[in-house]
Amino acid sequence: MSLETANTPNSYLSSLPKTLTGITGLDEITKGGLPKGRPTLICGSAGCGKTLFSIEFIVRGALEFNEPGVFMAFEEKSEELAQNVASLGFDLNQLQKDKLIKLDHVHIERSEIEETGEYDLDGLFIRLGYAIDQIGAKRVVLDTIENLFSGLSNQGILRAELRRLFEWLKARKVTTIITGERGDGTLTRHGLEEYVSDCVILLDHRVSNQISTRLLRIVKYRGSMHGTNEYPFLINEKGISVLPVTSLTLDHPVSSERVSSGIPALDKMLDGQGFFKGSSILISGTAGTGKTSIAASFANEACLRNERCIYFAFEESSFQIIRNMRSIGFDLQTHIDKGLLKFQASRPTLNGLEMHLVAIHKQIKEFKPSVVILDPITNLITVGTVSDVKSMLIRLIDFLQAEQITVLFTALTLNNVINEQTDEGVSSLVDAWLLVKDIEFNGERNRGLYVMKSRGMKHSNQVREFIITDKGLDLVNVYLGSEGVLTGSAREAQQLLEETGIVIREYATNRKDREIERKKLILESKIASLKEEFESVQDELNKTYIEDELRKEVMEKNREQMTRSRHNE
Amino acid sequence: METNEENWELRLYIAGNTPKSKMALSNLKKYCEEHLKGKYAIEVIDLLVKPQLAEGDQIFAVPTLVKKVPEPIRKIIGDLSNEEKVLVGLNIRPAIK
Repeated sequence: MSLETANTPNSYLSSLPKTLTGITGLDEITKGGLPKGRPTLICGSAGCGKTLFSIEFIVRGALEFNEPGVFMAFEEKSEELAQNVASLGFDLNQLQKDKLIKLDHVHIERSEIEETGEYDLDGLFIRLGYAIDQIGAKRVVLDTIENLFSGLSNQGILRAELRRLFEWLKARKVTTIITGERGDGTLTRHGLEEYVSDCVILLDHRVSNQISTRLLRIVKYRGSMHGTNEYPFLINEKGISVLPVTSLTLDHPVSSERVSSGIPALDKMLDGQGFFKGSSILISGTAGTGKTSIAASFANEACLRNERCIYFAFEESSFQIIRNMRSIGFDLQTHIDKGLLKFQASRPTLNGLEMHLVAIHKQIKEFKPSVVILDPITNLITVGTVSDVKSMLIRLIDFLQAEQITVLFTALTLNNVINEQTDEGVSSLVDAWLLVKDIEFNGERNRGLYVMKSRGMKHSNQVREFIITDKGLDLVNVYLGSEGVLTGSAREAQQLLEETGIVIREYATNRKDREIERKKLILESKIASLKEEFESVQDELNKTYIEDELRKEVMEKNREQMTRSRHNE
Repeated sequence: METNEENWELRLYIAGNTPKSKMALSNLKKYCEEHLKGKYAIEVIDLLVKPQLAEGDQIFAVPTLVKKVPEPIRKIIGDLSNEEKVLVGLNIRPAIK
């Protein structure tokens, strides 16, 4: 029983009804939108986007959620408003005709107004009520009700009436946005926050290093969980998008699928298969080492696999990159024509860092690529500090990994402390890190490439010489000699030297073989002559032997004869 | 000062028969009888009955007295209890200071 009673209030609390705003990102931060049927205060200084914010709330409500809305403007005339938001693709006049929204301009001109005695704001209530009833509005915006304070001098009446107005709006069960100009040390100039206690959103427009960033923060949201950070938001041709930029969890899915880098020899260095899909890759190196070429090769390969790729270029224009890559055999234009490749070239100083992030998000959400390239991230340093860039990249990598998008960054390394830090800062985040290095030797510069790290795969620990030819990119083995690593012409010279050595060695072997043959011949002829000599000696010996035999025979014969003759006489 | 022969067209916007609107109307009638006898017309508009008229004359407070003719258009907000202010607002009497 105790469990049940404990659960009931919880589920009741969590079901605070909310109204989706339809503004990208805001509904995520507020976990479902603004409190339904209650007033929300949006405050901020001039030009921070309050009016736009509220008009988008009304328009999206009308178009996407079938909730008509009343926009009561105290500042701008209806026609001006319609003109101002036409650039966002909102056709207020048409929406008014379709009875989806109602614009009402409350004109307060101090010089025309005289106050005497007691009054109340029933006129405004009636007007608003009439407008709500006309179109069955579920949403109301009062922009900026504080203008009443400049038109009327009786503050006592005004404050009492405002309190009554907000109560009345709650009773009408319309979800209301009230905008307020930011005051000195207070959220609004006239303390509207006292009356609106359910939800307060603060907009800010900050300029640092001459770069402006718009930020949004939920100051309070009674009865609901909400993101508490400052979130950057972007106003562009499609309206406002707020970015929930911090992701605290590390629980995105991973893939063991592999993608080729477009350089077969590099794939071979990476366990023979290339990078993991959805991983982050960093290519760092000094100027002119071919980072962009590797990036372009990766993009080219992705497009050849019929996958989409976005290339964010912060240094070169797209035309420059296309032209330059054509010289090394990558035809990027055909991929663009096929709609597989998209270039987004902008100077880093165009936006603040957060804005870049929002812009990148937006592009990725729209284009749905499987490969994203940022070339180079080093340039972002010009718009933020090292830690800012790092935190931005963490969030970007988080986002991309959650979406299973492979990302490739290039980074320029200089012999400069700050940049080394960046490199290091980012390199701990990425899954694979390739380093392209200049090897200066023998009066020439060559490029050496190594895999500094590559998580989750067996990778080569060898330095390879990275060569850029008009047919593409390739890696060749460097020559490791007694004088260290040899590259370029030194490598070629060494190779020539080795080839010469082989020829000479072969020649030497041949000569020795012939010598042996000759020696053999000589020996053989010597053996023959010795044999002859032996035969002649043998003959000689035989001769004496036969002579002895003959002599012995003759002597015996003679002796016989003599004996015989003696006996015969 | 009041050499012109024009009529004063006055509209009093109220919201229901509240003490404030009654007060405003009786005050207005009193001033008009005193200063504009014979050359004024008062139209009382109850916004509870005709809410659509509020937007046209830019009414946000009640009671509001609108003087359309003679030019310039002036609005006097409140129960019109301060005679001086009303007369100045209606261009019957120049502002004194």
